[in-house]
Amino acid sequence: MPELRLHQVKAMHQEHIAVNQVNLWLKAGEVGCLLGPSGCGKTTLLRTIAGLHALAEGEIQIDQQVVSSAKKMVPTEQREVGMVFQDYALYPHLNVEQNIAFGLHRHSRAQKEARVAQLLELVGLPAMAKRFPHQLSGGQQQRIALARALAPKPKILLMDEPFSGLDVELRESLAREVRGILKAEGMSALMVTHNQNEAFAMADSVGVLKEGRLLQWDTPYNLYHQPAHPFIADFIGQGSLITGSVCDCRAVHTELGLLKTQLPLGTQAGEAVSVLVRPDDILHDDRSDWKLEVVNRAFRGSHFLFTLKLPSGEKVMCMSQSHHDHPVGSKIGIKLEMDHAVVFTKEATLSQTL
Amino acid sequence: MSKTPKLWLWLSIVIALLMTTPIWVLVSFVFTPGNENWQHLLNTLLPEYVLNSIWLMLGVGFGTLLLGVSTAWLVTHYRFYGSRWLHWALLLPLAMPAYISAYTYTGLLEFEGPVQTAFRELTGQTTLGWFPEIRSIGGAILLFSLVLYPYVYLLSRSAFSASGHHALEVSRTLGVGPWKRFFYIALPMARPAIIAGVTLALMETLADFGAVQHFGVDTFTTGIYRTWSGLGDTHTAAQLSLVLLAFVALLIGVERWTRKQQRYFEQSTPSTETELTQLKGVRGWSLFAICFLPLLLGFLVPSAQLFYWSFTTADTQWNREFFELAWNSFSLALISALVVVGLAVILAYAKRLSRQKSVSRLVTVTHLGYAVPGTVLAIAVLIPLAWLDKVIDDFAYNHYEVSTGLIFSGTLFALVLAYSVRFMSVALQSVEAGLQRIKPNMDDSARTLGLASGTILRKVHLPLLQTSLLTALILVFVEVLKELPTTLILRPFNFDTLSIRAYEMAADERLADAGLPALLIVLTGLIPVILLSQLMDKKRA
Repeated sequence: MPELRLHQVKAMHQEHIAVNQVNLWLKAGEVGCLLGPSGCGKTTLLRTIAGLHALAEGEIQIDQQVVSSAKKMVPTEQREVGMVFQDYALYPHLNVEQNIAFGLHRHSRAQKEARVAQLLELVGLPAMAKRFPHQLSGGQQQRIALARALAPKPKILLMDEPFSGLDVELRESLAREVRGILKAEGMSALMVTHNQNEAFAMADSVGVLKEGRLLQWDTPYNLYHQPAHPFIADFIGQGSLITGSVCDCRAVHTELGLLKTQLPLGTQAGEAVSVLVRPDDILHDDRSDWKLEVVNRAFRGSHFLFTLKLPSGEKVMCMSQSHHDHPVGSKIGIKLEMDHAVVFTKEATLSQTL
Repeated sequence: MSKTPKLWLWLSIVIALLMTTPIWVLVSFVFTPGNENWQHLLNTLLPEYVLNSIWLMLGVGFGTLLLGVSTAWLVTHYRFYGSRWLHWALLLPLAMPAYISAYTYTGLLEFEGPVQTAFRELTGQTTLGWFPEIRSIGGAILLFSLVLYPYVYLLSRSAFSASGHHALEVSRTLGVGPWKRFFYIALPMARPAIIAGVTLALMETLADFGAVQHFGVDTFTTGIYRTWSGLGDTHTAAQLSLVLLAFVALLIGVERWTRKQQRYFEQSTPSTETELTQLKGVRGWSLFAICFLPLLLGFLVPSAQLFYWSFTTADTQWNREFFELAWNSFSLALISALVVVGLAVILAYAKRLSRQKSVSRLVTVTHLGYAVPGTVLAIAVLIPLAWLDKVIDDFAYNHYEVSTGLIFSGTLFALVLAYSVRFMSVALQSVEAGLQRIKPNMDDSARTLGLASGTILRKVHLPLLQTSLLTALILVFVEVLKELPTTLILRPFNFDTLSIRAYEMAADERLADAGLPALLIVLTGLIPVILLSQLMDKKRA
């Protein structure tokens, strides 16, 4: 039973199209994440789902009921969605307890108290009930905002850049903690972020948005290993694209040799394509006879990241252990460890210059 | 280097003393016994002053609250006909001094005025007994509310638009309806700003002299003026001033306290993605009407009346004498602005360069002058200067047998000093805000690049401070131009300004002749209002 379903959703921001033709399906109890650079329309999409932004075309269903369509617009107040904002938007004139209880209208006093206590326990701040927002740290405020949104047991929780106001060190640990809380409540949630680490730490499914379009909606693993679009290959992880030519329907010929692949539909033998090479596809091996010139090196603490030049002049990246230092200009031995190459047509690549 | 901090300390001590001596002198009158005039006041008029002031404060507090908060809420949360230009146009009554507004409404609503005349012609009645008298305490409350609501509007508007949007949206997701959102979230969150705005409006109300004088509503300021000019009793005038200062101090206390609270209520970023609710048709037009009414009555109607008077009296009033008047006003305002801003720059630099707590405290003290009503300040400046003049005169007469006369209290010196005390805060705020943008690291980095401190001042500070200095100059200039009671009491013999002329014409029941000087004051007063609205548009963009 799907909890959130978007069908061909389009939303406008003043004159320009902010979100276009978005289809998405978040299952009950799942945590989804919309990932993309700033200005890609992810926040607008989230606000459209909450009913805070008008829908131009398409349809949004929550719990199998249409909440937004061309004909129907359920006001935010009646949607039963929880929302956590980037700035938390805690009510400064109410204490923690009153903030959390604010959405509990039809509850008796005792019920309210019980629910507030339960949530404070859940977010790990039971001693903070009487504090005011300005007396809390950023991380604490974030958790109280989460508790307030969860209190009325919404059908779905929406979070807009929930961790961006926090220290980098805190972000991932809190993201994991929040995921634990959502799973404990059995809550379906959709969040928006521009940070890949947060998305991967939080989400069961991640969607990558670019210029208002959802390019791929998939598991984090698949986004990295099977990106559907050159933009995703670039946005998630590192890598470079090299030229190859189609050999037959199962392989592509490149300067790195013949690579097994699943070719995009409609490609023909001999056609030039782009092949994604991740740094972890090429391993440094001093014993190898296959040597390439180092044109750049970056020390990353746990490893070196070398940029190597292929005979044609195209560049690939290679990771090596941190004690294998080689100067720029020297040649180092490599070996390939790639069982399945990701291939894009030249057209797709041109539309997305890496 | 060790000498510099001392120099700054001494400079700021001297200026702070100069700025605060009048107030200390006034306060010293607490310890002197009252004379028979004081006894008389205490038994007869003082209760009336207190009662009138309290009624005015209650009425104006309620009126500015109603007008300011409702208009601020509507323009920040809804889109309707005219909402974009009303956003800044609602500030326009700031350019209309209360006393000038009082003259125009008297002209419009008195027996011979156009409104009553029209009614009489329409109904055929010869007298309109039911027609309310504008020159009353009720009229004063209405009038003050109409010219002072922008203080509340300004502060609550920025409170509504700065922090409210996300909090209100969260309430929507929590299933809370619009009225509850306004009363439980928006209003409490804006409360400190609203209270601060109301206290500012009330301080202006208490400080007003021209409007209440014209309306015949006896308050402290009219009492002080009458005691001084009618009875010639400076001593009692000073004591009466102290009672008024106590009221003001109470308001300052409230304002300080709410500002402290405000820090916790201010939240991060204003939300840019929020789309305002569009209202069209009858609902859109009624919102327009609600927001347009204060602008119409607070600014447009009085301005129209002033224009009308100016045109009808142009042939007799538009003459050499008027230009002399304007010249007097503008040169006095310019000199005062230069002096005030000059002193403010010295104080601001003293605070910045010395980095001593004591200097910073002295600078803070000089801010207090803005709260002292003009009538009170005039008396406070007059007392020590008159004493000084007498000492000098006696000395000169005894030793050289010449009379030096009133070299301080009877010249522009007294006026400029009083303006400096009163408007130092306005100038300091601008200059300090400008200096804050020049980070200490900028000085340090310029120094590492080998620039001498004079060069740093010229090449780094001056370009960055330019706008703030100009703003400060304009603000003080306009304040001085509008000022009435201080000028009335302290001006040298036969020295007339635009505000004095408007006041005298109105006092002579020659309201139409007050039109031209008043119009010039209002038009000049528009400059800072336009600057202010531009500044805010920049912030919004």
